[in-house]
Amino acid sequence: MNMLMILMPVALGLGALGLWAFLWNLNSGQYEDLEGAASRILEDTES
Amino acid sequence: MSCCVGPLVADYAMSKLSADRIAVLDELQLSARKLLNGNSVILLSTPSIHCGNCIATIECQLAKISGIANVRANLSLKRVKLEFDGSQKTLSVALDKLEELGFPCQSLSAEGAEKSDPQLRLLVRALAVSGFAAANIMLLSIPVWNGAEGATKYLFHFVSALIAIPSVAYGGQPFFRSAFFALRHRRMNMDVPISLGVLLATGMSMYESFIGGGHAYFDAATTLLFFLLIGRTLDHMMRTRARDAANRLVRMAAKGGFVVGRKGELTYVAIDGLKPGMQLRIAAGERFPVDGTVVEGVSDVDRALVTGESEAMRLAKGASVEAGTLNLTGSIDIIASRAAKDSFLAEVTAMMSAAEKGRTGYVRIADRMAQIYAPAVHVLALSSFVGWMLWTSGDWHQSLTVAVAVLIITCPCALGLAVPVAHVVSAGRLFKAGILMKDGSALERLAAIDGAVFDKTGTLTTGQPSIKTTTIPHGPLEAIVKTLASRSVHPAARAYAKYFADVPEAELTGVHEVSGCGVEATSNGKAARLGRSTWVSEIATPNPKGEIEQGLAFAVEDGEVYLGQLAETLRPDGKWMVKTLQDDNIECHILSGDHHKPVAHVAATLDIIQYQSNMRPGDKLGFLNAAAAEGKKFLMVGDGLNDAPALAAAHVSMAPASASDVGRTAADFIFTRDSLISVVTAYDIAKATSRIVRQNFAFAIIYNVLAVPLAVSGQLNPLLAAVAMSTSSIIVVGNSLRLHFHKERNPINSPSTFEISNEIIEEQFA
Repeated sequence: MNMLMILMPVALGLGALGLWAFLWNLNSGQYEDLEGAASRILEDTES
Repeated sequence: MSCCVGPLVADYAMSKLSADRIAVLDELQLSARKLLNGNSVILLSTPSIHCGNCIATIECQLAKISGIANVRANLSLKRVKLEFDGSQKTLSVALDKLEELGFPCQSLSAEGAEKSDPQLRLLVRALAVSGFAAANIMLLSIPVWNGAEGATKYLFHFVSALIAIPSVAYGGQPFFRSAFFALRHRRMNMDVPISLGVLLATGMSMYESFIGGGHAYFDAATTLLFFLLIGRTLDHMMRTRARDAANRLVRMAAKGGFVVGRKGELTYVAIDGLKPGMQLRIAAGERFPVDGTVVEGVSDVDRALVTGESEAMRLAKGASVEAGTLNLTGSIDIIASRAAKDSFLAEVTAMMSAAEKGRTGYVRIADRMAQIYAPAVHVLALSSFVGWMLWTSGDWHQSLTVAVAVLIITCPCALGLAVPVAHVVSAGRLFKAGILMKDGSALERLAAIDGAVFDKTGTLTTGQPSIKTTTIPHGPLEAIVKTLASRSVHPAARAYAKYFADVPEAELTGVHEVSGCGVEATSNGKAARLGRSTWVSEIATPNPKGEIEQGLAFAVEDGEVYLGQLAETLRPDGKWMVKTLQDDNIECHILSGDHHKPVAHVAATLDIIQYQSNMRPGDKLGFLNAAAAEGKKFLMVGDGLNDAPALAAAHVSMAPASASDVGRTAADFIFTRDSLISVVTAYDIAKATSRIVRQNFAFAIIYNVLAVPLAVSGQLNPLLAAVAMSTSSIIVVGNSLRLHFHKERNPINSPSTFEISNEIIEEQFA
């Protein structure tokens, strides 16, 4: 039972972290060009 | 392209700016979005982007151009976002550069490519929140299903409630609002049972949790919201984008014109001040502000707005002109016959608005479904409640539990996904085939057509004539022809320029265009002419008067007259498309603004029996309305400004990517490939989609038929509800994904070019 008191906040906290990360990704426009991002890392030149 | 004979550029130093380009630049600049820092942003569609290298090339090369602040290429959507200083010159340089790099582009704003859609962002956020809640509550529910008892169970339920209440309140908003709105107007929609189910499930679970016993359905409520929000978000992405084609037509209107006074003085009068009877002077390159009759001067006029034909018409005294058409080569005077508000352009604009309104009457299949489904569910839940009240002689707690269970299990989760998922998958499939879809309901409409109407120029043909054969010998003469041709805006001359693309340019002096005749220049002290044969043969030595009267001719002073034979290029696979459609019992028609002869010829080549020529925009609209009145559903395929009202009015419509801005805005589908296979592909995919949607509905209903008896008999528990709901949704999604593997039909070869008689060329050039 005491274990649950630690584990449950940890589980929820990790979930909330994921949610926050997703919303942050979304707002910073990282889902706008999924294929382009994959190719960009292969380019040497910084444009 | 049928609208692209732009104003003639007088300064030949700028002659690289073809008329096409000017029209494109105008269109682009109108569509640019102004930023606060004074820069403008435009979105360009560049279908040829295909790898990471392309992105790097485009971004590096364009960033070097002065006046360009920011370039961002998007590989997934094949777009380039360009932030520039707003000047047409920068834009022109950028477009040249893109073309040089091998990325020809088109304006995108017509398709409503606005980036941030607040509604969509709200939905995605709600989706994220309910996804989080669903996952975590599921995590807490599993121990309960596995037999957690006492304080542990109480704790898990309590934490679940803490997560569920805010997330239902946040994630459920789109449904609650829509349901409230529907109820206030005494209507019923799918959101009413959804809202009732979710709210009652949450409320009842809270009650059960606090009294410390029974089942809690927090997981069902949040999972339900999560699935439904997926459907709602996809559906939103597929919704109709605003059709503002009518507004775009207004841009074709001139803002005013120069009125010629009694003593010949010119005064500028704004459009509303122009009255019938006034004499107006229209310079070359301007649009006519009002309808009128030519009283002085001769000029070529681009009447694409009226006929859809890119070939300019030569107008002289007594001819009538329509507002919105473009004066190309010479200054002419007209007497206004009608005020601007009664002009031809105003009529077309009004027609479009009316046509767009007319089509909103279509009811989507999902909405039709909801009208039957929602009342049925409510009646079922209510009767279970009443039934249990009687059976248990007044145990309201037990009865309410059963009623809520019925509402939860019938909550149209799979139904909510059935249509949007199928539409999204087929939109992706269409995109792969080079077809853009603007509205999900267009797929439903396309699947139901029983006739197809085609425009000729620009739709069945590419709209640009090409040279088939020419008598011009190899050598220096070719260079002269090429140089002359490249200085003209006439489509036939451009065909010459294209034909001699590999030939170097010759040195010519005094190049000028003679209105209605052709292009003239001096080469080594001798005049050279390219244009109407009668005019060209005036300078030729063996002056074959009366003999050569037809065709696009070329001659150097004291030399021979050479002729070129023009061919109108058909889009590939037209014949196959017509045959395939006819095999599916779809009648094909051609409605063209062109003359009888070329239309008849195209019709014969493609085996289309029903065709009509000399159709004005109103005639096409009338034809479609008459068909609709008979209950026939027609697909309209067209490209020109003159097709726009018909595109907006037809049951469903399609346009090639080369279509005019207005045409693209008015159409439901846009195909980017040259071939007409696209029409068949879109039709096939639409049919397949409608089949899948019906299967999805069948699945959802079968699931309900199986699960509802359990709920009514009071055997439902949270585990069963969770499994049943998820399974039905997964089946529906999986079934829809099959559309992704839809195969295109293969065409057999069909003729791609044919000759048009010289007589027709003569008419077009005159």
